[in-house]
Amino acid sequence: MNIDLTHTTSGQVNAALVKARRAAGFPAVGMVLTLVIVTDEGNHYDALKAASDASREHPSRILVVIRRPGRSPRDRAQARLDAEVRLGGESGTGETVLLRLHGELAGHASSVVLPLLLPDAPVVVWWPEDAPSSPAADLLGTLAQRRITDSAAAEDPVATLAHRAQTYAPGDTDLAWTRITPWRSVLAAALDQQPLGRQRPRVTAAVVEGEEYNPSTELLALWLADRLGVPVERNVSEGPGITAVRLATPDGEICLDRPDGRLAALAVPGQPDRHVALHRRSTAELIAEELRRLDPDEAYHHALCHGLENLGAPAAVQAAPSGEPARSRRSGKSTTGKAAAR
Amino acid sequence: MSSDAAAAAAGNPLRDAQDRRLPRIAGPSGLVIFGVTGDLSRKKLMPAVYDLANRGLLPPGFSLVGFARRDWEHEDFAQVVYEAVKEHARTPFREEVWQQLAQGMRFVPGVFDDDAAFEVLKTTIHELDKERGTGGNFAFYLSVPPRFFPTVVQQLKKHGLSDAPAGSWRRAVVEKPFGHDLASAQELNEVIHGVFRASEVFRIDHYLGKETVQNILALRFANTMFEPLWNRSYVDHVQITMAEDIGIGGRAGYYDGIGSARDVIQNHLLQLLALTAMEEPSSFDAKALVLEKLKVLNAVRLPSDLGKHTVRGQYTAGWQGGRKVLGYLEEEGIDPKSKTDTFAAIKLEIDNRRWAGVPFYLRTGKRLGRRVTEIAVVFQRAPYSPFDATDTQELGQNALVIRVQPDEGVTIRFGSKVPGTSMEIRDVTMDFAYGESFTESSPEAYERLILDVLLGDANLFPRHQEVERSWEILDPVEAYWDGHGKPEPYTAGTWGPKAADEMLARDGRSWRRP
Repeated sequence: MNIDLTHTTSGQVNAALVKARRAAGFPAVGMVLTLVIVTDEGNHYDALKAASDASREHPSRILVVIRRPGRSPRDRAQARLDAEVRLGGESGTGETVLLRLHGELAGHASSVVLPLLLPDAPVVVWWPEDAPSSPAADLLGTLAQRRITDSAAAEDPVATLAHRAQTYAPGDTDLAWTRITPWRSVLAAALDQQPLGRQRPRVTAAVVEGEEYNPSTELLALWLADRLGVPVERNVSEGPGITAVRLATPDGEICLDRPDGRLAALAVPGQPDRHVALHRRSTAELIAEELRRLDPDEAYHHALCHGLENLGAPAAVQAAPSGEPARSRRSGKSTTGKAAAR
Repeated sequence: MSSDAAAAAAGNPLRDAQDRRLPRIAGPSGLVIFGVTGDLSRKKLMPAVYDLANRGLLPPGFSLVGFARRDWEHEDFAQVVYEAVKEHARTPFREEVWQQLAQGMRFVPGVFDDDAAFEVLKTTIHELDKERGTGGNFAFYLSVPPRFFPTVVQQLKKHGLSDAPAGSWRRAVVEKPFGHDLASAQELNEVIHGVFRASEVFRIDHYLGKETVQNILALRFANTMFEPLWNRSYVDHVQITMAEDIGIGGRAGYYDGIGSARDVIQNHLLQLLALTAMEEPSSFDAKALVLEKLKVLNAVRLPSDLGKHTVRGQYTAGWQGGRKVLGYLEEEGIDPKSKTDTFAAIKLEIDNRRWAGVPFYLRTGKRLGRRVTEIAVVFQRAPYSPFDATDTQELGQNALVIRVQPDEGVTIRFGSKVPGTSMEIRDVTMDFAYGESFTESSPEAYERLILDVLLGDANLFPRHQEVERSWEILDPVEAYWDGHGKPEPYTAGTWGPKAADEMLARDGRSWRRP
């Protein structure tokens, strides 16, 4: 069911939601969270589609905030809210409201969103592109437990990642990090598997190979450096995405190689080579994973803020000086900006 | 957390307790399925293995070995698995996942007493260790009728397949029925335990793999609002129902002589009772859980007059859901004089401080109104009502219902004022549906259980003590039924024989219509 409202208010949108639910015959609400998508007219379709697919796993109220500040002085001077309420059918399992914020109102999105949040349920804000420079300080961001950005969609992805590290606040997360979960689980599993009767091999160095301008490559390298406490090199390859990770051990190299973006080969010294399915996931899958846990992602925090000063430099990511796996220290050194601005 | 998964993860620098995105991936291992051509294997096991692989939860190099009496090559077997996966898998089919799996598929043709075939199996396993890095870790899934258990298990022992090389494991997975009475269950356990250590034997009760059943523990022990009511001070009685709308179908050979009580009450319903009634375990490891479940099962007491408090029935021809169906005695392969029960209801009491005087009514049956499994905790009426009797005429007892399947969820029933000028109170329900609040398709029970076997996590598997104690509870009922009369007939598509309603009416109660 679709209800279109023009020149409206959040109160009327709420009334329309209740009416649509009544009409559909399910007044009980089983939604677990409110997902706010902040986007513009050109990009909302893809983001909403991904979120609707994800809502099959996490029934949610999806609020799509479409900013239309307008170009002409006349457009900019007026303030108008148009809304479209969608329930059932294509729009996933929850409720979807498209909110078009015209003119001056575009700068006051939180006033529209606040009355429409589900009571007593977590709020997630997702900026598919053009995230604010500090998500946690953004007015919409402060409403949320979880703030999802995507540095891969930024103009300079690697610099954006460096900036995310500077402004990190608990609850921040980035789809570039979500994209590497499968890589990380296979690598962790590879180190779980000790050869019979032998000690776990100690990793002495690591290499991550991936496309240029791919923030996921950086994050994977940072994570390895943070967890293993060894120098991590990054090599540029043709892609797609990340193409290989090599961990040097005294026994030889543990290598996870994915040339085609789908099927990877895992080589571990003393063990036969094996294949692992490691396909590149759709945005819907990424969002579904993000919504699974809504508490601060400490692992992301540690990886992101590890060796921040080296991010963007073509050289290896530096290891922490001691042999201990480095716990990240959020160093305030300001070399980041320069390195990133390269 | 599981034993060997935890051990493997310890000291791995890439693992971090705070890093909760990383899933539990089973270590290097393989699964050998005996009776791989069977229905269960095709409809449940193979799709579950694929779904696990698709979710990235199987180790690289995971291998699947089929053993059956067919003249197949490895490729033929892979083709059978392929078709089973295409038809029954829950997650979408992806070529690269299939390739990863297919490379590790092997087939060993043979019958169970064929020494040569078991030697081939042994070589196959050795080769897999070399080619695929399975590390000597294998689980043997016995998807075969119980009468073959001794042969298969002995063969595994004879050919050294049950002995794990140092640092690896060998596990046995068995399906119900775990015997047909206490003596046979003990015998079976002895046979298996003679070959596999008790902790390496996994008995599959697929009900325990269901999300909703695991949720009983979350509901009770993670919340504060239910547990204070969960005792004799507030609970009037508990009804546990597992109803099926199907008849016995092609299972005549197995079902006749066994009956619904042995088929369902002994395992599923008593497990549900244990989870509903047990005290809080000290932790969620397998040992603490089995301890509490055993404690409550040991406190279960049968009523002294079995004639009045147990009922069995047998369906007769009738109409069910718009289709004309045969009666049990007319089903193909059934002895027309059979006294096998297709419906069973029993009343149990639990002798402990929490539950003394609260009856637990268990019922199960085939060809009942619809397919449903649920646990209904029915509360006492308010001790005093300030409202007039006419106001509350339509008010029933408060109830909390855990719907195990289908439409998984939890319902709470309570009274509410009907809008209007007069005071009138009527039952309303508050509903939580899994499908509404969580993933549209939760993992199949078999996925969870197979993964747990590979991880060595025994939480969701009944231990042999529980199995034996459950038979101890049921055996006197079966013995009484053998000596007294025959099953009450009931028309297919109804909710069981009249005697079942009378059984509750005697206690001043009635069955819920699920």
